[in-house]
Amino acid sequence: MIRRIWGLMYRHLALYRRSWPRLLELCYWPILQMCIWGFTANYLAARTGNTLLGAGATLLGGVLLWEVTLRSQMGLSISFMEEMWSRNLGHVFVSPVRPFEMIAALIGMSIIRMTVGVLPAILLAWAFYAFNLFSLGPILVLFFINLMIMGWAVALGVVSLILRHGAGAEALAWGVLFGLAPFSAVFYPISVLPWFIQPLAQILPSAHVFEGMRAILLHGEIRWDHLAAAFGLNLLWLAGAALLFARQFHAARVSGALISIGE
Amino acid sequence: MHAIQVEHLTKRYGDVLAVDDISFQAQTGATIGLLGGNGAGKTTTIAMLLGLLVPTSGRITILGHDMATDRFAALARMNFSSPYVALPHRPTVAQNLRVYGHLYNVPKLERRIGELAEELNLTAILDRPAGQLSAGQKTRVALAKALINRPDVLLLDEPTASLDPDTGDLVRSWLERYRAVSGCTILLASHNMAEVERLCSHVLVLKQGRVVDRGSPGDLLQRYGQQNLEEVFLDIARDRQQASDTGPDGRAAEDGAAWTESGKEASL
Repeated sequence: MIRRIWGLMYRHLALYRRSWPRLLELCYWPILQMCIWGFTANYLAARTGNTLLGAGATLLGGVLLWEVTLRSQMGLSISFMEEMWSRNLGHVFVSPVRPFEMIAALIGMSIIRMTVGVLPAILLAWAFYAFNLFSLGPILVLFFINLMIMGWAVALGVVSLILRHGAGAEALAWGVLFGLAPFSAVFYPISVLPWFIQPLAQILPSAHVFEGMRAILLHGEIRWDHLAAAFGLNLLWLAGAALLFARQFHAARVSGALISIGE
Repeated sequence: MHAIQVEHLTKRYGDVLAVDDISFQAQTGATIGLLGGNGAGKTTTIAMLLGLLVPTSGRITILGHDMATDRFAALARMNFSSPYVALPHRPTVAQNLRVYGHLYNVPKLERRIGELAEELNLTAILDRPAGQLSAGQKTRVALAKALINRPDVLLLDEPTASLDPDTGDLVRSWLERYRAVSGCTILLASHNMAEVERLCSHVLVLKQGRVVDRGSPGDLLQRYGQQNLEEVFLDIARDRQQASDTGPDGRAAEDGAAWTESGKEASL
């Protein structure tokens, strides 16, 4: 099993070894986003006479952690689409690769792509704006885990829609998480949202992570209730996404989509 | 033992019956030809044998494993090649072979890649991206991928399509040698009748999803009174009668129609 998962990951890693533009593309957007929000935070801090360790820090922390979700989701979805674009799914699924091994390989690639993409942005935020995301402490690991799981759950949903609707659903891989950003309380608390939207935010694991991040940055307080909610919701999201993927994968084997997908 | 056993296999897409109640068995070491015009159901049948497509009804057993419930055990001992399902273009030939070697858990993988490269004359192109190869080179690489796990059952969809005669002959010779050495069972879908005559011990002729005739190439030539399989193929495609007016087991064909044995068991 491990070897098959490695085989699927090796196919993607080999591409990165041969192409520096691909590597550059991974960290380009996270760094660009960090710069835009870093300058914005600096400006706001100067205008209000505060240090960056205040409202500005929540902006930078928000943008960097949101990139974790976004890159995790795109890392999984795009790795799957690369198999689809190269018409390789037919070869992969006539080998003894189980669907869950394929998912495990895609998750592995997502972790690598997210790390390569987001880590330089985190380090540059430290260098440019003296904002050290790691100052959040060990709890940062739990934030990362939750945001990555949410990204994978959304990506599995996207992959399922691609299996169901073909290449027409590809655009979702790039845009779907942006649709959830306003409700994820990335830059502002859930309480800012209109009352009728707040229940929607409450069912997003990311909203609880960002509430937890702000509690630490602004009040030095660890909100375990938000972390527990994020883990619980992620469990439901991941289970739902896995179920959806399993159903759509079987449907693709019935309809023949595994052979024709990518056209 | 039968390496491949297909019973009453049917695939329906809405109102379209792509494969209609076909049954056949292939003994270990046999090479079976799957003939038929475009849309006859060859590729659909192969896709179901490979587990890529779920049959509407019927049962497939490969190497003793039921493909509905135990397909991964069979897939580990099978492989597949088609010029219409290209390998990823950007990785090199060696990287592609390495990927599939891992997927099939091939022991001593680098040595196996070296062996295949030498036998199929790939050594000089191992470090070239697969997408930059000529059609002949791609076919040889696809064959190397199909043989990476030393399969006991090999499914080939038009393995020599679009190849020049020299490369086509090289591929056919290599398949003959591999079968002789390994005892592999091969199912070959092809439009090249000379290739089928040369490689196949038995032939299934498909038309509109049904098996309309079957037998050894010699039997078919005799039955249709033709000199080559191409003429037999045309006779079947154009609904011309058989010379003997009897079916493959000697029974008379009803109403002068070409003998149809779809849904009936026949051991090849």
